[in-house]
Amino acid sequence: MAEDKIKLAVYKFSSCDGCQLSLLNLEDELLDLVGAVEIAYFLEARRQVLDPPYDVGLVEGSVSTPEEAERIIQVRKDCKTLISIGACATSGGIQALRNWADAELYKQTVYAHPEYIDSLDTATPIGAHVFVDYELRGCPVNQYQLLELISALLTGRRPNIPTHSLCVDCKRRGYACVAVSKKQPCLGPITQAGCNALCPKFSRACYGCFGPMEQPNIHSLGKMFAEKQDCKPHQMKHLLRSYNGYLEPFKQASEYYEQIEQE
Amino acid sequence: MTKITIDHNTKAILDKKDFARLIKILQEQGYTVIGPHIVDDVVSLRPIDSVKDLPIGYEDEQEKGEYSVKKVDCQSYFQYVVGQDNPRRYFMPPSQRLMSFHVDKKQFVIDQGPPQAPKLAFLGLRACDLASIQIQDRVVGYGVESTFRCESDTYYGETRRQSILIAVNCTRPGNTCFCSSMNTGPKAKENFDIALTELRQSFIVEVGSEKGKKLAQKLPLKEASESDLELAELKLQNAAKHMGRQMETEQVRKLLNNTIEDSHWDKVADKCLSCGNCTMVCPTCFCCTVTDSTDITGTKISRTKEWESCFTHQFSYASGGPQRNTIKGRYRQWMRHKLCTWWDQFGSSGCVGCGRCITWCPVGIDITEEVETLRQSNKSLLNSNNLQEVTT
Amino acid sequence: MITEAIIRPEPICGMETWFPIPAEILETRKENMNTYTYKIRLVDATLRKQYRWAPGQFNMLYVPGIGEAAISISSDSEDPEILEHTIRIVGSVTRAIENMGPGSIIGLRGPFGRGWPLDKIEGRDVVLVAGGIGLAPLRPMVYWLLKHRERYGRVILLFGCRSPDDQLFIDELEQWTQERKIDCLVTVDNATPGWVGPVGVVTDLLQRIRLNADNSTIMVCGPRMLNRAAAWSFLKLHIPEEQVYVSLERNMNCGFGRCGHCQYGSQFVCKDGPVFCFNEIADIFGKEEI
Repeated sequence: MAEDKIKLAVYKFSSCDGCQLSLLNLEDELLDLVGAVEIAYFLEARRQVLDPPYDVGLVEGSVSTPEEAERIIQVRKDCKTLISIGACATSGGIQALRNWADAELYKQTVYAHPEYIDSLDTATPIGAHVFVDYELRGCPVNQYQLLELISALLTGRRPNIPTHSLCVDCKRRGYACVAVSKKQPCLGPITQAGCNALCPKFSRACYGCFGPMEQPNIHSLGKMFAEKQDCKPHQMKHLLRSYNGYLEPFKQASEYYEQIEQE
Repeated sequence: MTKITIDHNTKAILDKKDFARLIKILQEQGYTVIGPHIVDDVVSLRPIDSVKDLPIGYEDEQEKGEYSVKKVDCQSYFQYVVGQDNPRRYFMPPSQRLMSFHVDKKQFVIDQGPPQAPKLAFLGLRACDLASIQIQDRVVGYGVESTFRCESDTYYGETRRQSILIAVNCTRPGNTCFCSSMNTGPKAKENFDIALTELRQSFIVEVGSEKGKKLAQKLPLKEASESDLELAELKLQNAAKHMGRQMETEQVRKLLNNTIEDSHWDKVADKCLSCGNCTMVCPTCFCCTVTDSTDITGTKISRTKEWESCFTHQFSYASGGPQRNTIKGRYRQWMRHKLCTWWDQFGSSGCVGCGRCITWCPVGIDITEEVETLRQSNKSLLNSNNLQEVTT
Repeated sequence: MITEAIIRPEPICGMETWFPIPAEILETRKENMNTYTYKIRLVDATLRKQYRWAPGQFNMLYVPGIGEAAISISSDSEDPEILEHTIRIVGSVTRAIENMGPGSIIGLRGPFGRGWPLDKIEGRDVVLVAGGIGLAPLRPMVYWLLKHRERYGRVILLFGCRSPDDQLFIDELEQWTQERKIDCLVTVDNATPGWVGPVGVVTDLLQRIRLNADNSTIMVCGPRMLNRAAAWSFLKLHIPEEQVYVSLERNMNCGFGRCGHCQYGSQFVCKDGPVFCFNEIADIFGKEEI
């Protein structure tokens, strides 16, 4: 009874497609998912498009062109529940670095025919344009968190998406702490969990691709990096300004380090 | 080799060349041996296959927020102290599916029951670890008549019953250790089956229980000489005098009961990341959360228990928001619980002085320092008698 | 004789500590805009006969696949085969329960906690103070006092809620008022047309009653601010600390003092409470973020 099934739409804005791929990478669970929902709009996976309205819309990517700024309004109208997935959609993503730069100058420098480029001066998260019901962090999103969110939505459960630090997850899994034992500038203590501690698992410092945790104490971590690892303000700024640099409070903190860097 | 009689409290010698036998015997008896093993440059507690998996010849250096290991010789087995792992990882696993089931008519039908308890042999637990296990026993009601049937934790109890605890006395305490302040070490006093003290060529083996006795009888033990025993004793006395840290526990409950609104908590909160690392490495932290999950169709349900930290928002979340909405409130809760309210709840301190929370705090908050600062700024309070008196 | 078995009966749960047992919803009743009372019964007849509880205790109610919520039992403790829970719809679990009707199966673990001090009020005046949904855990107390009316002195129920539409158990409130076996006073923060009762917070009602400070026991249950205001008001009226009882609300996950979530100073609210005598918590009561 296809008409009874939840209609799912997946949209792409300015992004690398990685988050949509997470959905397709589910493999084992994908058949169950397709059984439980009707894929109504998902250009990367299915050519057939059903008419709106849709029950659930997943949006990947940030708004960085005039066309996208208009399209997102229509997407919101078409979806009962709108979920932004991934760093681009929830924070503006890596392309939001342009928000601190002169986009026009870049355009002129990089492209042979800049007149063909039609982009906004800023790249901004979906939530800056329309109301978003849920946000799923990560670059890319964790496929199991995505599945959990959809399952929770279908059953009416509060999704089990933690907002605490990565460290809690990292320690549960028993990975050696790279901040303490390797003196690496690990952003784990201020970053939201969700990635299954992927980087620390391979002895690499977390670079914050799941964005800030609940109430992060960035200042204290920055002070420790400066004292123990000789981390300079501009390095701290770069650490914060990566995939979620435009998301508060990373944004504010990075601007603080920029300020003291110039002093 | 002369055969010696093994009994409770027997102290005998096991040559290092025979040490491998110990692990072999445990394996033959069906135990999975859990022992120190270097994972990513950190001494961890992991399943080991043979003595080769032990960090032979390694020493560790610990400071607040710092940890490193280095190879120093090729014969010592236990010249390091505790790493970030602690034994509760095995008694109350960090993430455990309790059961999965589905609803059929008016019944909950179990598809997969509770997990089977493993049979574990812990090799190289330290005195602080043993003390922490005793504390956890009290928390889950192991070995005591539980008030109510449904309050006992079956998995913990079974694992505990089946496990064997082989301790190692610390002869080289770490820089963040303060077990002698907490009266839990460096020598294992109770709650072990066998305790080892490492000498140059051998171990002193001390039997602590019936289970330990049976195991010791299978080992090629020799009579310990007076001088061996004296040397071991000296080493332990020396260790107790060279703790990296100290904590003054006198009147600590009174101190923490009367400084709830002290301004010092704000200063700790400036530093604390609220990342929860201290609670994850602490061997006595027991908080957990059980959550439900379903498959996408919503019919197969499972309940999973996970380690929880009092530093998260979710921990105290009630209608209207978290009860402890600031880092200050959360740090204060953690520390007051460990050193103060634990006494009321379980009749002992919740801190065993292992120093893990000091070493593994990324910004190096030192619980011994915080207590001392509070104490110094509240001296007058401790001298007066008209405040709420709690004896420790 | 009030025995330990009456005050604190053995909880019931499935084969494992955290496994709920099924119960069937028999009836639902709407109390106000966002509050419902559910009448439920354990599916298993043997367990149903074993199940006992005391006023002030709670159950962990469970919706399969969604999760659990701690909900106090609001019916008559001397009729333990049929249980009532009065639930305000606030989170995902209660919302899921809202969508269930008669015949639906939910799970239950309990009863947990220590309830009202039934063993300490013989011959005394009893003042019950409730704010909003806080009336639910006090309702079993009213039933108890009415059933054993001759054993107690005056019984006064003070109930405050936001508006007349936010009242709970309206028919019963009316009945209790008319029967005059207990003194029942209801106040609202915001009156609507037709409301002739008092307007104001529940502590204002203290001016309307005369207390015998030497012989009264106070039982308070409401939101945090009300608990504080009420407890302190009674202390000011020279009611001794050991005669003031407050029922607290906290995040609960296990119900038996194992998960740690509900800690309040030295207390596990789920196991040592939810009802506390004021002198047990006097040193932390009213302090923030404990």
